[in-house]
Amino acid sequence: MTAYIVRRLVMAVFVLFMVTLVVFFVMRLIPGDPLIIFLGQSAQLGSMSAEELEHLRKEYGLDKPIVVQYVNWLRDITSGNLGTSIYYREKVGKLLMERFPITLHIGLTAYVVANGLGVLLGLLAAVRRGTWIDAVATTFANVGITIPVFWLGLLLMYVLGLKLGWLPISGYTSPFQNFWLSMKQIIMPVACLSVTGLAVIARQTRSSMLEVIRQDYIRTAWSKGLGERLVIMRHALKNSLIPVITLMGIGLGLVFGGSVLVETVFAIPGVGRLLVSSVFAKDYVVIQSGTLIIASIIVMINLIVDIAYGWLDPRIRYT
Amino acid sequence: MSAASQSQTVQFQEAPPRVSEWKRFRRVFFQRKIVLFGLVVLLLLFFTAAFAPWIAPYDPYRGNMADSLQHPSKKYWLGTDIQGRDVLSRLIFGARTTVMVGFLTVLMAASAGMIMGLTAGYFGGMTGTVIMRFVDSLMAFPMLLLALVLAAVLGSGIHNVIIALGVATTPGYARVMYGLTLSLRENDYVTASRAMGATDRQIMLRHILPNSLPPVIVLVTLQLGNIILAEAGLSFLGIGIKPPGAAWGAMVFDGYRYLLTHPVLSFAPGLAIMLVVFAFNMVGDGLRDALDPRLRGLL
Amino acid sequence: MTSHLLEVRNLRTYFTTEAGLVKAVDGVSYYVDEQEIVGLVGESGCGKSVSQLSVLRLISSPGEIVGGKIIFEGEDLLQYEPNGPEMRSIRGAKIAMIFQEPMTSLNPVLTIGRQVTEMLEIHLGMDKDAARQRAIELLRMVGISDPEGRIDDYPHQFSGGMRQRVMIAMALSCNPRLLIADEPTTALDVTTQAQLLELMKDMVERFRASLVLVTHNLGVVARYAKRIYIMYAGRIVEAGPTKKIFSSPKHPYTMGLLKCIPRLDERKGRKLVPIEGLPPNLIDMPPTCAFLPRCDQRIQRCFEEPWPPLMEAEDGRLVSCYKAV
Repeated sequence: MTAYIVRRLVMAVFVLFMVTLVVFFVMRLIPGDPLIIFLGQSAQLGSMSAEELEHLRKEYGLDKPIVVQYVNWLRDITSGNLGTSIYYREKVGKLLMERFPITLHIGLTAYVVANGLGVLLGLLAAVRRGTWIDAVATTFANVGITIPVFWLGLLLMYVLGLKLGWLPISGYTSPFQNFWLSMKQIIMPVACLSVTGLAVIARQTRSSMLEVIRQDYIRTAWSKGLGERLVIMRHALKNSLIPVITLMGIGLGLVFGGSVLVETVFAIPGVGRLLVSSVFAKDYVVIQSGTLIIASIIVMINLIVDIAYGWLDPRIRYT
Repeated sequence: MSAASQSQTVQFQEAPPRVSEWKRFRRVFFQRKIVLFGLVVLLLLFFTAAFAPWIAPYDPYRGNMADSLQHPSKKYWLGTDIQGRDVLSRLIFGARTTVMVGFLTVLMAASAGMIMGLTAGYFGGMTGTVIMRFVDSLMAFPMLLLALVLAAVLGSGIHNVIIALGVATTPGYARVMYGLTLSLRENDYVTASRAMGATDRQIMLRHILPNSLPPVIVLVTLQLGNIILAEAGLSFLGIGIKPPGAAWGAMVFDGYRYLLTHPVLSFAPGLAIMLVVFAFNMVGDGLRDALDPRLRGLL
Repeated sequence: MTSHLLEVRNLRTYFTTEAGLVKAVDGVSYYVDEQEIVGLVGESGCGKSVSQLSVLRLISSPGEIVGGKIIFEGEDLLQYEPNGPEMRSIRGAKIAMIFQEPMTSLNPVLTIGRQVTEMLEIHLGMDKDAARQRAIELLRMVGISDPEGRIDDYPHQFSGGMRQRVMIAMALSCNPRLLIADEPTTALDVTTQAQLLELMKDMVERFRASLVLVTHNLGVVARYAKRIYIMYAGRIVEAGPTKKIFSSPKHPYTMGLLKCIPRLDERKGRKLVPIEGLPPNLIDMPPTCAFLPRCDQRIQRCFEEPWPPLMEAEDGRLVSCYKAV
């Protein structure tokens, strides 16, 4: 098992390295003067003289070959310097630190809900196949993967917020400041964010479980005189979770992607919204660093998922 | 031999007739009514997209300011937006955007992904590892985020949306193709071909590619739903297709402000998105079950 | 008539498929007494596996047991709920089964120790430590070396032969009265086959249990079984003591089977004679004898009357054939 973990770690580092390459080079695709990446397209740039521009370029190391630029950038990143936002004129690191806890609060809650409820729902549907429970669960899952996250947000906002007035329709408060208000505020965003993931996990758990139940070793378990509970929980579950775990890794990506939409709809000051407004403001520094951080988090979570995979399925430990 | 067996012929029992593959496929595919429903919806979608200019009652891009923000009526079946544009017409033309973006994206992603997966899986070694790690790194970016960044870099507009979504979905195809190539390449007929002198390219094109088409087709159908949702999300955010262009996601955003008074403005395009995505998913499920139910674990 | 350990009477198990109704087991009757080894022989698809699965009520949709009686220790098993408490206390504890495919019959994500001890815990109420000790003993008994070390290993770390030994250990762990072995060695090579069969015979004697040996290999039953039942197309066509069946088979099918086997005591140059034709399609069977198309000893009566029931031939053997009786 240890060898397996080490192998996965090494691969993760390699992927992380590639991620930095992707981020760096995509940002270099921006048409125009590379200075735009750091200073933005301001009127100032246009009015500067050639020498002043040259001077600036030297300052940002843009006169060096691209490989050196990459290495310098990598050095900055790893020492914590994520650059200065063009729009906010603040350190990107600071901006992200303010917003990450918010996004994580909602995102992780949604993630846990989606995975936990999803597995439960899928399990129920598979074990009670053909009954009304299965029908309801499957329908719910099928609908869940089709709903656009933002549309669901609007729908919930309309029904629960505007028409019925049960829940606040926007804003965010830290749970440490006002627990109840915080709870009420995140119900709708969490619901929106978790629906797609929940549906995907439920569907996969169900079909996995149905496959596993037909296997020979399940028949052996029955022939040993075990009851339904043990057959399902001890023999079938672990096996059916194997493909589901892979989805859980992808699920985190869905959560981050979804928060971009959910935060916009519910006016939550998180990382997602920051990124969206940065796209409009052409604040490339924020875009570059923000994307890098998010992608890195996902790589690390996927590493954990991989390790969990190895724990679930002992046969994998040799790959 | 007894006299009896000479005078009476005995029929050997025939093996039961093999149900033709095509018939079996048809039967399984159309088994569930919901798949049929999905198919009908998709046909409707294509029809609408193709004949939009003839079906739409009004010009979707220019509106009559005097008729701004009308509720659904006999004149405007779904009402009008702030610019006085007929919602129904915009919905119809939005179908065009949806279909075009969907198919072009999938075409791009599937081709690129299949080439990458095939190369990585077939040749293996360092090439394979590098390609697949690159694919992994792409997968580390949430689809929407990647599309967002690419759109920021490339600018807005429908072609950039297609490129952005294409790049974001390529890894899925690459992964599936990689796995398929790895297992198909071990088959005996591949070894036999090689023994007969076939070149790598011939093996890849003639053996591996055709056998990997069914799962890829299923993946395409299933992915189309996601792509449509992502495109809608992008236009909702204001990146990609902007008004006066007709895109369902953008329409939802436009209606956001008037949610309380004119809910139809946001709900109609949202429903359209849902219906189409649902249809693609159901048809995708049906295809997968009909082609090979064993894929249920994989896809 | 003495009471048997297991008596199956007129068992019928049908499968409803889209191609039609498959009568996998169509009126099978046999019995097993205490401490005896009985063989059940037939080609693939003749229904022998299905009949054994029916005994343990392990048949699920689209299959169904539609008729007959399965009397075990005096009680008809068919009166119980398929997965109810009575069946559950019989499975594993009174009747245990060994399956054909060692590769897929063990759960890949559980250690073999766990798979053995769980039976001990459930049926014999042992606690964890006692169960573990007993499991180690059982593994040693079936010939797995270093059982203390290997008890925490996973199935994929064992070879096919080893896995079957584990299955044998599992099956016998709770001292069942009856062991059913469904083609236990078919998937293994010949040397391992021999070892495993000897092991099973030893273990069954040691535990004083009975064994039903299901196989298509006549050689296997010749050596180990006291009595044999020959199955064809869902029914039993001949039954009797092993020696008699081999020395003077009565049913044309049995005769055909014996002619197919090479024997050491034959004269050189004798050709192996296969049975012509294919096994029948179990859907839409004609009412006449199912072996008719392939039989080389047909008489007029075979064409006119329905499938012959098991009748007594001389010396008390049962045969399902008009010519033989």
